[in-house]
Amino acid sequence: MKTVIIIFPGSNCDNEMERFLHKFSGVKPILVWHKETTIPDADLYVIPGGFSYGDYLRVGALANLSPIMKEIKRVAKEGQKILGICNGFQILCEAGLLPGTLRINRTQKFICKPVTIYRGYDRYNIPIAHAEGNYYHPHPAKVGIAFTYADDVNGSTNYIAGVANNNVLGMMPHPERAFESYHCSQDGFEVLENFYGR
Amino acid sequence: MLTTEETEIIKGTLGRVPNPTETHVFDAMWSEHCSYKSSKYWLKELYTEGKHVISGPGENAGVVDIGDGDKIVFKMESHNHPSFIEPYQGAATGVGGIMRDIFTMGARPIANLNSLHFGSTNDRRVIDGVVKGIADYGNCVGIPTVSSKCYFSDCYTKNPLVNAMTVGYTNKEIFTSVPNKKGVVVYVGAKTGRDGIGGAIMASEEFAEGEDKRPTVQVGDPFYEKLLLEASLELFETGIVIAAQDMGAAGLTSSTTEIAIKGNYGIEIDLSAVPLREEGMEPWEILLSESQERMLFVLDYDTLTNRGKENIFKLFRKWDLDCFVIGSLTYTNNFVVKVKEEVVCDIPLKALEAPVLERRHYPKKGDINFTPFVPPIIPDFNMDWVWEQYDSQVMGNTIHGLQKDPAIVRIPNSNKGIAITTMSDVHLCDYNPKKGVASIIENCYNMLKDVGAEPLGITNCLNFGNPENENVMYEFATTVLSMAETCEKLKFPVVSGNVSFYNETSGKGIMSTPVIGAVGLIEDYENGHYNISGQ
Repeated sequence: MKTVIIIFPGSNCDNEMERFLHKFSGVKPILVWHKETTIPDADLYVIPGGFSYGDYLRVGALANLSPIMKEIKRVAKEGQKILGICNGFQILCEAGLLPGTLRINRTQKFICKPVTIYRGYDRYNIPIAHAEGNYYHPHPAKVGIAFTYADDVNGSTNYIAGVANNNVLGMMPHPERAFESYHCSQDGFEVLENFYGR
Repeated sequence: MLTTEETEIIKGTLGRVPNPTETHVFDAMWSEHCSYKSSKYWLKELYTEGKHVISGPGENAGVVDIGDGDKIVFKMESHNHPSFIEPYQGAATGVGGIMRDIFTMGARPIANLNSLHFGSTNDRRVIDGVVKGIADYGNCVGIPTVSSKCYFSDCYTKNPLVNAMTVGYTNKEIFTSVPNKKGVVVYVGAKTGRDGIGGAIMASEEFAEGEDKRPTVQVGDPFYEKLLLEASLELFETGIVIAAQDMGAAGLTSSTTEIAIKGNYGIEIDLSAVPLREEGMEPWEILLSESQERMLFVLDYDTLTNRGKENIFKLFRKWDLDCFVIGSLTYTNNFVVKVKEEVVCDIPLKALEAPVLERRHYPKKGDINFTPFVPPIIPDFNMDWVWEQYDSQVMGNTIHGLQKDPAIVRIPNSNKGIAITTMSDVHLCDYNPKKGVASIIENCYNMLKDVGAEPLGITNCLNFGNPENENVMYEFATTVLSMAETCEKLKFPVVSGNVSFYNETSGKGIMSTPVIGAVGLIEDYENGHYNISGQ
């Protein structure tokens, strides 16, 4: 299984994502800088968390203008699997690959803590760490809801924690912070398995 | 500001009256903040050696060896004065500054800690600003904040203490600010503006009521810092760097002169090559600006010529960073500043070293206290509110985060872990300065032992009032000597530290507040005396 991690200036969850994907797939992921204009073939493309372009202008807005995003949009159209975590989710929404948008948390503050999320009847314990994770969509019934929070942690419409659009998945919780023996759980692998195996 | 006495000494060494630019340079370099003139006399007594120590005080940060070529780099620093004037930016740039000290040594920051002292739980302007400032900066750069402690006492109402500590890791060569051959001076990072001018001087004076000091506070940009961090670490990999220094207090002046003094060289810079944010800046303003996110590198001239300047500088362009050659090391032992061809400053570097003072120190009257120590009542304060705002999990190496003490962080890609904590006990220190600091250090030592860690060393932040006050100076001297004694007894060396004097407003100072940061090594994180899963 070949995986690619896209790195923007300000991405800061790329190291742990690399270790996570390596452990999951057994193969070292390929790191691709955002200024590249071509993208290698892979089974899974990941946009990691962080603060691309310092969140300036609007979260994900400037990253969406990077050259590599043309390629991401192309492979998305071709049906390749794309996963955006946290800032990656925000970028995918900006790029129009996922519906809706992410606003500042209702508390107006950054929130870092483990939360419980659901996917149907499956439940996972995974950390969140974001200031802008308050998902908004005017018609939530039209959204492919992938994950919901067990509680109202940040004000998201219908407690939405992750959204899927066929082969594209975006989520605020960090599965790459839930796989080592000392993490709050090892549920990260299951999240990835569910998406990749689907 | 320079005293009349100091001005006379300067005139004596120069043999002439310094010009206005030179006076500003002396003013900054002889400030308490840059020169440590009141504390040096005592600090040399500290126990700073040990089998693990690679580099002790005097560098940007201390370095300890943890085996297999792995090294831990750490330091704590205060940003007290700016954090009262403008809590958000003051605290944010404090975190930015200490992280730069770590990656200047070639190490990647892996953990941030902080120790905060506020006046009361109701002081929301300062508390909210400081916590958000620390959180926004650390979270954006992507370094986990794994420990944060808050203390409250009336004495901090107008002098809050913001002490930030960063721990870094590397398995490569350590870079220092000591050049061993002549080289080219390169400026990398943000443009120079008028922010923070006189910051070092401001931090070396008492506050008076009603003064507006805001222009002396720097403004931070954590995104830029992240770029600078990555680019700097990539530059170190090329082997072209001879010396590195971040531009902190007294900016370009202190960074360039420190490098030259340590390497026993002279240095010459041209201010017309420095990128400016504003028009019409005077030479002294450029020299003393404390604009954030700027680095100074000395690169090997031969390698730079052989490989081609463009080949090295394209590394910075990858990260969209500006870099400029602004000067070179010389054999003259002088600090020469030019604007194009015009020389605006020419000072022998030796003359920039302020004379070390042995200030009067005397205990308070009736200091021998026969009343028993009464522990203070700790006010109710919701630490979860603070902790939730810090990203304690980024990098994926946090074994024990904010809720546990000490914090435990895994060394990337290994089975090793480090246990880290910060500690202070102002009331005990006030009651008995000697016992106070000894007790803090012993507690740190034991806490590390308790989780199965081998204590490696400590860093400190010594927050005191006005050193011109003989009672303050007495407490300072007593604290340092007691620290020296305790550390030697425990074989627990001091590898780095910071002194913050003049924590006074309108003549009312803080209680003497030494803060200790301690680091220990856990050989195998799966087998410590602590519960590994479930933070």
